[in-house]
Amino acid sequence: MRTITVRQAIQEALREEMRRDENVFLMGEDIAYYGSAYGVTKGFVDEFGEKRVKDTPISETAIIGAATGAALAGLRPIPEIMSINFALQALDQVINHSAKMSYMFGGQMKVPMVLRTPSGWSQLAATHSQTLELLFAYIPGLKVVMPSTPYDHKGLLKSAIRDDDPVIFIEHALIYGAKGEVPEEEYLVPIGKSVVRRPGKDVTVVSYSRMAMLAMEAANDLAAEGIDVEVIDLRTLRPLDMEPVIESVKKTNRVVVAEEGWKTYGIGAEVQSRIYEEAFDYIDAPVRRVAGIEVPAPYNKHLEMAAYPHKANIVAAIREVLK
Amino acid sequence: MDKQLALEWYRKMALIRRFEEKCAEGYAYAKIGGFLHLYIGQEAVAVGAISALNDDDDIVTHYRDHGHAIARGLDTNSLMAELYGKATGCSKGRGGSMHFADASKHFWGGYALVGAHLPIAVGLAMASQYRGEDRLAMAIFGDGSTNNGGFHESLNMAAVFKLPVIFLIENNLYSMGVALQRDSAISDLYKRAASYGILGEAFDGMDVEATHEATKRAVAHVRAGNGPVLLEAKTYRFRGHSMADPEMYRSKEEVEFWKQKDPIVTWKARCVEAGIATAAEFDEVEAAANREAEESVKFADESPEPELSTLCDNIYANPIGQTDCQLV
Ligand SMILES: Cc1ncc(C[n+]2csc(CCOP(=O)(O)OP(=O)(O)O)c2C)c(N)n1
Repeated sequence: MRTITVRQAIQEALREEMRRDENVFLMGEDIAYYGSAYGVTKGFVDEFGEKRVKDTPISETAIIGAATGAALAGLRPIPEIMSINFALQALDQVINHSAKMSYMFGGQMKVPMVLRTPSGWSQLAATHSQTLELLFAYIPGLKVVMPSTPYDHKGLLKSAIRDDDPVIFIEHALIYGAKGEVPEEEYLVPIGKSVVRRPGKDVTVVSYSRMAMLAMEAANDLAAEGIDVEVIDLRTLRPLDMEPVIESVKKTNRVVVAEEGWKTYGIGAEVQSRIYEEAFDYIDAPVRRVAGIEVPAPYNKHLEMAAYPHKANIVAAIREVLK
Repeated sequence: MDKQLALEWYRKMALIRRFEEKCAEGYAYAKIGGFLHLYIGQEAVAVGAISALNDDDDIVTHYRDHGHAIARGLDTNSLMAELYGKATGCSKGRGGSMHFADASKHFWGGYALVGAHLPIAVGLAMASQYRGEDRLAMAIFGDGSTNNGGFHESLNMAAVFKLPVIFLIENNLYSMGVALQRDSAISDLYKRAASYGILGEAFDGMDVEATHEATKRAVAHVRAGNGPVLLEAKTYRFRGHSMADPEMYRSKEEVEFWKQKDPIVTWKARCVEAGIATAAEFDEVEAAANREAEESVKFADESPEPELSTLCDNIYANPIGQTDCQLV
């Protein structure tokens, strides 16, 4: 099968859905002629024109509010927020409006919008390097997707665009260049389904996005030592599909949850407590969490490297639960 | 025009330019990481405007903050060290390019979210009014910020409370790659002052003297208790938005046209022609600026990295017992 990058996978998903459905359009800061900060929408304005690829002012609240309104009226907007950190300025629109409309108005309305936004870090300092998916995953009414492989990026983004609810689609800036197999033919990956990325019998690692990729690398390294790691990629953070996790725990009895975000109140905390609630009898060692150090991201590269978790942290945690 | 002042403005502008050329080099050698937004071309705005303030007037600015910090007199060694992420940096290596600060100089920081720092200037001005002090606050930001809610809310509140604050737009015609006419309903941004019933004025931001004079007028207006002023410096950045910018959105001719207005070159030519100082005197001042920029690189290079054990320092001003932050 051919191999493409995460960036190309996202581009293919956008292009295919825009060709398929006239109602789908893009809006965001510098997405047209600049080609977007991470180069994802480069060239789109040439193919689809300014009507469907709109450069907006730097007005996050207006971007998301307008996308919500357009979605109410039956369009399928894909607003891009240049960085998840800037989405904070639009949180009121997302949390108090987009997320609530279907429920609050008794099911009369739908908001088929996909908010695409990159998360990530690399010496961008405290306000530009935050791992904030939790803020969205906390909110009923939103669907929150954060894939790892190119295959999942493409299939999940296509599903998100066809979904009738507001979907927060979070891309990790450090994996845009990561490669993987993606078929030529059309396919969809369902939202709300975790996946066993690598079967194993000794220990389960639960993760998503970039950390799921690192978990795969850790598993491959440990395989050489005869440690058989099962890796589960959550892919969707809300609704959270715990079924493959619970199945896996029943088999391996040992778990590591790995995320980049801060540990306290985090995604890992949620997964960990669900495991205790639903599979307590199967646990042979305390569930370990790998997470970021609880500090605003420092600019200095050594401090930053110390603040974020790496493959070595996953490996160490696996050894710990196997003790 | 006072000769000493003419040379001092020139020195400051040249220092900003040379310092930033060293930044570009440092970035190319990966000594500097993250986002780097250079100020080259806009030097007259920082120097002209900030020289019209008192040393204890408060300044907040955005991520394109090198020029403002140097104009305010922050130590260039500590600034370059900050870019190098060193312990001797003005923010101890935690902030980098976008977050220069020196509280002792009333330079309350560079902020990286477009428009988000304007309300902070409002608060600084509020404190001054509250205590009956003579200090004013200046918020510096780009044209792109004026489309953000933070801009509207700050100007309105400052006007309602008649706060001593100057909002200084550096209109360099682009927000990243989007030209002003494509993202703003009106291109003369100072006219927005009318919406808040405050004074607005535009001036040639490539001219350090014009900038200084306009800011002085604003300062007098604000200090007299008339409430905020909106200033618009018409300027231009010669480089891309950041080091990552492929710069596909504007023509070489346009950039060349503006380079003819280079604030440093034109200032020297004008002063020499008017007999205010000789070319040799300007060159001497420039050589000193060069040396200072070079020394800052040496200082930054030789400075120590922050200790890993300090990673969790300063999360709180007043830590309570054991914090959640622990190195693993
Ligand atoms: C709230 C927010 N949205 C988007 C960005 C990304 N961004 C950084 S600078 C910039 C352009 C700002 O242009 P302008 O205000 O004109 O200032 P200039 O860079 O020209 O000095 C954008 C869109 C951001 N930092 N914060």
